[in-house]
Amino acid sequence: MTALAQAQPVIPDFGRGSDCVRENRTFCWDWVRDHWDDTLQPRLLEHVELTAYAVGIGFAIAFVAALVAYRHRSFEGAFGFTSELLYTIPSLALFQLLVPVTGLTITTVEIALVSYTLLILFRNVVAGLRAVPDDVLEAARGMGFTRAQTLLRVELPLAAPSILAGVRIAAVSTISLATIAAFVLPEGLGQPILDGLRTFFKTKFIAAGALAVALAIATDALLVLVQRSLTPWTRASRAG
Amino acid sequence: MDPRESRGMNDDFRPRLFVDGIRFVLDNASLIAAKTLEHLVLSGAAIGVALAIAVPLGVLLGHAHRGAFLAINVGNVGRALPSLALIAFGLPIFGISFTNVLVALVVLAIPPMLLNTYVAIDGVDADAVGAARGMGMTEGQIVRRVELPLALPLIFAGVRIAAVFVVATATIAAIAGGGGLGDIIVNQASYRLRGVVGASMCVIVLALAVSAALAALQRLVTPPNLRPRVLMLEPTHVPSLASRADPEPGP
Repeated sequence: MTALAQAQPVIPDFGRGSDCVRENRTFCWDWVRDHWDDTLQPRLLEHVELTAYAVGIGFAIAFVAALVAYRHRSFEGAFGFTSELLYTIPSLALFQLLVPVTGLTITTVEIALVSYTLLILFRNVVAGLRAVPDDVLEAARGMGFTRAQTLLRVELPLAAPSILAGVRIAAVSTISLATIAAFVLPEGLGQPILDGLRTFFKTKFIAAGALAVALAIATDALLVLVQRSLTPWTRASRAG
Repeated sequence: MDPRESRGMNDDFRPRLFVDGIRFVLDNASLIAAKTLEHLVLSGAAIGVALAIAVPLGVLLGHAHRGAFLAINVGNVGRALPSLALIAFGLPIFGISFTNVLVALVVLAIPPMLLNTYVAIDGVDADAVGAARGMGMTEGQIVRRVELPLALPLIFAGVRIAAVFVVATATIAAIAGGGGLGDIIVNQASYRLRGVVGASMCVIVLALAVSAALAALQRLVTPPNLRPRVLMLEPTHVPSLASRADPEPGP
């Protein structure tokens, strides 16, 4: 697909298609209809895939780090500071700087995307665990729970709302950042946006941009539902 | 042009590029300085405009304890807007221009500022506000002398998050004529890979410097006895705040 696009002349070829496409009007439904199967849908699925891997790997790392940080305060400072630094690095610059190391590969993209999820996930898991009231922990100890049992049956369930809130924020942010990955890897919805911008074909970047926004909003809504169904006790006290 | 073409599909490990990047920065110091200035002007303008909109609105809503729904949802929607898409949407309206990029950056900067300002003012101890009212302060005085000083650290945290976003996004904005260091990064054909790498390093330094400067400022406006109060925010109620409002790095 990309190779073909590259082979085309520099002047964008809007020749085929309807008047709307030829005149490059703001938005052409027929282009979206015609190119859903070969452009938009595959890029959308790639985008979901990029995001899912990043959040999954990021969660695994952040969760383990948070458990360690929960027991050892000094580690919390160190990991928090590192993930904070990573979070501050502009995404386009990080993608570009990883290229000499890992090449124009999916690894480059995922390393960057994962590193942006760490801060949010780590913070929320630690905050959730720390918010467990002392008397609840006392009661668990009084019932003869071991440390592992307390963690699994008391602390993690009570921390679940905060953890899930972190996953939600991380997922939505990653969807946004994954569009920028298109600067180094022609995958995901960033690719048609960038391609549309470079050829100034409005329908393409508007449609792909709208899809990215819709994906973010849908993911947010879906994760709110998951959050509510997994932690029904939070609904009564939710402030908004 | 696809970056794949000029770099080859499988670049192997090329650490020399980092050296070349640094050399590029040193050799083109005046270019880098000019682009950095552009970057700062663009980011500063966006942050200024966003401040002027978000903070008064957040203070107003927070003082009235109304509009939690609005503030929190603007925060959520703001996060869901991919910056690249935002820049793209503005293009048919504003064309390739400074205005388009500025609008996109302002839209990105408003949500964290609004959310933090709202939560900070809304969360000021009701007893303190009650006492001020009992002393006969007008509403304006309460806002200026009680709520704003107490809320300042958290408001600053929001400004810092927004500033980091804006500096990062201003890089991407180069694709739509925003100028700044991104101009070099997205223009590999002119500046070669060493230019891209060098400019990327500059952007990173710039972002870290802005973040550190604002963190220092934030610390300066936070009286020591207030620091724990800021940290105690309930994460489950305002998740975005819990995770982002307190970017104080550890010790």
